[in-house]
Amino acid sequence: MLGYIDKIREISKRLLDEGRVDMVIGFRKGTMPMMNEPSFVKNSGEVSRLVWDSNCGINLANYLTDRKEKIGVIAKGCDSRNIVTHLLENKIKRDNLVIIGVPCKGMIDRRRITAMFDAEVREVNEEGDTVTVKGAGFEKKLKKSDLLQENCSTCVHRNPVLYDELAAPLVEEQKDIDRYADVRRIEAMSPQEKWQYFEDLIAPCIRCYACRNACPLCYCPTCFVDESRPQWVGKSQDETDIRTFHFLRAYHCAGRCTDCGACERACPVGIKVRQFTSKLNKDCLDMFGWEAGVLPDERPPLDTFKPGDPGDFIK
Amino acid sequence: MGVEPGRLSFSWISSAESTKFVEVVKDVTATVKALGPNNNFKKAADKVA
Repeated sequence: MLGYIDKIREISKRLLDEGRVDMVIGFRKGTMPMMNEPSFVKNSGEVSRLVWDSNCGINLANYLTDRKEKIGVIAKGCDSRNIVTHLLENKIKRDNLVIIGVPCKGMIDRRRITAMFDAEVREVNEEGDTVTVKGAGFEKKLKKSDLLQENCSTCVHRNPVLYDELAAPLVEEQKDIDRYADVRRIEAMSPQEKWQYFEDLIAPCIRCYACRNACPLCYCPTCFVDESRPQWVGKSQDETDIRTFHFLRAYHCAGRCTDCGACERACPVGIKVRQFTSKLNKDCLDMFGWEAGVLPDERPPLDTFKPGDPGDFIK
Repeated sequence: MGVEPGRLSFSWISSAESTKFVEVVKDVTATVKALGPNNNFKKAADKVA
């Protein structure tokens, strides 16, 4: 993955020099290890700032919403699916975009790494499939495949679905992956067990809304949690309010979520937010054969009606 | 997510189907009464500011 960067810089420089885009949205090195941050490059002299490694998990489609400039955007498989969703929902114009596709082999879950060590992790480097973690007084080599974010280890859309330029040859997609083992485990629980499961899941929530802010789908001018007329959800830390926030947010993503994992990555208290959206993704696949952001010219199942839509729940 | 089956119902009822409407309402109220009060989404009084 590291080798991609020269190509990414070269493409970005060319696009900026030729005036085809006003800016390129990519990643630069973060101030902390494993925390690369989005970067807006507006002239070709700055392209050296761009980096690419396995810490680029943030979904860049989030920074495209309602932009009017011509933008070159670096897109992994999931970012590209969110760009498709943005196009379907008229949040950006295709003509304004140059998509620099980056075939992805998964992003590192920084929580897995920090959990492995007692001391602070100060440096993380990768070479091929080996990740070297360094800190005060320790250095350890780990296998990247053991460190992937959960959504990356079950990802079946590593290659961008839509792109104008490609930073590297397409990678082989993962096959025979059981994507919904977790969901099935929860589905098998009794209603009481489910209730308790989700109670425990969201118990640490501090309602910072980081999951919402990291999500490219959450672009409403006023979010339902911020609305005060009418006030849909209380602002308190009461379990009822926290529950309502999580359930509703998940439902707003039904049929749109690409499982990019940005929400889970952003959560400061490590809630597995994807437990909500995964179920909706599974239902969309089972009931409508739908995966969000894969087909650029088909309406999502929840904004269209087809005679064959499942209706067994209607009595 | 732990809402009991039967707590939520969906039906297609045309404005001409008054008898079906009555049936469905009776049915739904009976099912919900059998389940008892839903306290899961109720705030505890001492927590309501």
